[in-house]
Amino acid sequence: MELIRPNTRFDFIGKKKFTIWVSTIALLLSLGSIFLHKGLKYGVDFAGGILIQIKFSQAVDISQVRNAMEAMGSKDAMVQKFGGENEFLIRVEKTGEDLEGMSKKIQASLQERFKDKTLEIRRVEVVGPKVGKDLKTKALWAVGLSFAAILVFVAWRFKQVSYGLGGIAALVHDIIVTYGAISIAGLEYSLSLMAVILTIIGFSINDTIVIFDRVRENVKKMRKENLETIFNVSINETLGRTILTSGTVMMVVLILFFFGGPVIHDFALTLIVGLISGTYSTIYVASPVVLLWNKHFTRKKKR
Amino acid sequence: MLRNLKWRLIFYAAVTVFAVLLFLPTLTPELPAWFYKIIPTEKVHLGLDLQGGMHLILEVQAEKAVESYVERVKNNLRDDLRDKAVPVGKLEREKSNQIVLEVSGEKGKWEKILSQRYGFMQELSSTALDKGIWRVVLVLDSRQAEQIRKGAIDQALETIRNRIDQFGVAEPEITLQGTDRILIQLPGIKDPQRAIDLIGRTALLEFKLVDEEGNLDEALKGNPPEGSIILYQRQVDPKTGGVKKTPFLLKEKTLMTGEVLKDARVTIDTQFNEPYVALEFDDIGAKLFEQITGANVKKRLAIILDDHVYSAPVIQERIAGGRAQITGRFDMKEAGDLAIVLRAGALPAPVKILEQRSVGPSLGQDSIRKGVISTLVSAAMVALFMIFYYRVSGAIADIALILNILFVMGTLAIFRATLTLPGIAGLVLSIGMAVDANILIHERIKEELRWGKTVRAAIDEGYRRAFITILDSNLTTLFAALFLYQFGTGPVKGFAVTLSIGLLANIFTAVYVTRWAFDFLTLKVKVKKLSI
Repeated sequence: MELIRPNTRFDFIGKKKFTIWVSTIALLLSLGSIFLHKGLKYGVDFAGGILIQIKFSQAVDISQVRNAMEAMGSKDAMVQKFGGENEFLIRVEKTGEDLEGMSKKIQASLQERFKDKTLEIRRVEVVGPKVGKDLKTKALWAVGLSFAAILVFVAWRFKQVSYGLGGIAALVHDIIVTYGAISIAGLEYSLSLMAVILTIIGFSINDTIVIFDRVRENVKKMRKENLETIFNVSINETLGRTILTSGTVMMVVLILFFFGGPVIHDFALTLIVGLISGTYSTIYVASPVVLLWNKHFTRKKKR
Repeated sequence: MLRNLKWRLIFYAAVTVFAVLLFLPTLTPELPAWFYKIIPTEKVHLGLDLQGGMHLILEVQAEKAVESYVERVKNNLRDDLRDKAVPVGKLEREKSNQIVLEVSGEKGKWEKILSQRYGFMQELSSTALDKGIWRVVLVLDSRQAEQIRKGAIDQALETIRNRIDQFGVAEPEITLQGTDRILIQLPGIKDPQRAIDLIGRTALLEFKLVDEEGNLDEALKGNPPEGSIILYQRQVDPKTGGVKKTPFLLKEKTLMTGEVLKDARVTIDTQFNEPYVALEFDDIGAKLFEQITGANVKKRLAIILDDHVYSAPVIQERIAGGRAQITGRFDMKEAGDLAIVLRAGALPAPVKILEQRSVGPSLGQDSIRKGVISTLVSAAMVALFMIFYYRVSGAIADIALILNILFVMGTLAIFRATLTLPGIAGLVLSIGMAVDANILIHERIKEELRWGKTVRAAIDEGYRRAFITILDSNLTTLFAALFLYQFGTGPVKGFAVTLSIGLLANIFTAVYVTRWAFDFLTLKVKVKKLSI
């Protein structure tokens, strides 16, 4: 079975004048949204605070829970519906000293207020501000250093700095776009979304390397052609694989999105955006960066 | 080549069987006894986000241990100076590690006491005030302070371990994180709040004399007599739930602490049918207690736990035998927990809860069920698609994927790794890359066939070319993962571990194991046309 006919020659690279606008607009929208919202909406994991998930076995309206929280003087508590029926998330974004005591108080007064109903406290998360901040800075460092590792390794394997730079440019593009999507969709940046970002980094660099690899092979075969043509040929030759791999992964993520339940929902949504961006960025970010670099900074040898 | 084929099969089969054996204990606890003798029985643990349970990060406030040490030194110093008849005025602790005192009288005399008995307190400054009074500032030797801090953290870890052991939790995990943080994982725990109270309680038991001469009313106004303090007794009225606080004026000096306890257990008072905690001291404690009670007959001795007075009975006579009791209006559970913390010992310094997460068992099951179902559905879809698109070769790829998952699970089991949500993300990424590796190989073989190569040659060339690509992409990702592991914290590390193991397994299964299948088809079955 063949998805893509041999000798297919789409002029991918030729569209780069158009796609540069696509990328620019996507990046501006993302950064704009993040800027307008004054940064990402950090969840309890990163910002610190209290999160309590409760479930009633009888019908309870959200306003009743809100009233209960107000009655106990917790005005900054946010209550929202979560997943199935009669299940709620209560969030307090306070980073004061005695979070633990406050969480205890909230739980006790909820139990007291809804005495006549069966209330199950399903999840409690209390994160001090220090821990969240630590996690943020350490994760940032880890990702930054791993980017440096990728840059060096790819540059070494492909014997040219430009390939390393192209790969990293694509990664930065994907991360910004994904954060932008998180911001535009109003999702809360939590631990599981951080895991998505890490996954997208892995997927995107993998996708980039597959095409770079083909370029490296074709550079040897097609000595007379210019690099732009070689990139185009290489992208076309690996197109079948790109569609199959991205398609399979997308299928999995879509299943997670529709059937994975509320916990996985945000996770899958973010992953969908990241996968599209990761596939796109190989062709329209990583490749143009290599081409531009070689045009301006590398001495033309044979070509 | 054919012989070679046989040995490769044996090798791969052996690795597979080994991986299955390693992974078996995770799947079922009911394995025959002989099994445990030959195979490591480590399991893959489910993280608390999947299984339910509690996760705590505590910070040991080690500076407080230094503070209370200096506080004790200060009290001893006061007694010493008084014994030697050195007039002492102000005597206070400043910051956590300094003592400020004002002494008068012969300079040589108090200087000798300080240098001989308090050598570990360095003199920071001494200034002559008027009328022959000297103001001396002492600071605790920094090495000594460091040792106290470190000792406090070690002891806190040990104490918490003891408490959790006695509380009875299956497979708890208690580890030091960084320099002063303790990470505690309690899977499957039902009552997180109770566990927090038990773990986080300082449980410092102290015996102090009640200051009978001092004026309590005057002290409550803010002028307690020198060397005395006010502590409260809290009594909860069981009917109204109201809290009554009774102040006590106590001598600041602690006569005895819970360090000398040998045992603490719950006993029921036969008269009032109320539980109380019976204490038993060790030999040193028993002697000390006898001395203290002997010297203070008809005075009141307060029993204090974490700065709350529990009771202050009048000492009727010298008490030998080393027994005492803590009464209060406990219910059975409270009394039981109190006995546990007393037996396990006091925390040398208070702990602060930096992070607490608890997931109820039902939520854990919910997320597992939904996660498992959607994972199975998507795995089945991918497998079916591979067979639909690549036919026999697709089936080979599917087998390789199953082996991949088995190897990863087996390896995770040896490392006793804990599978969390980010960990699963790493696993999913590595499986995605495994699918990609198979697709890369197959597409390449098809390409080579299209260029007119024979089946054998196409397979050889396809693998050779695809191998470079797979190696490059997997190694790049592996390097990135190693950096994430090295510099990341908990969740980032979890992601990096499963990803790295997955990538290594991937190179093995996608490149070598499937190659065997293709070689088998061409060399042994001698297919003329490849089903790909």
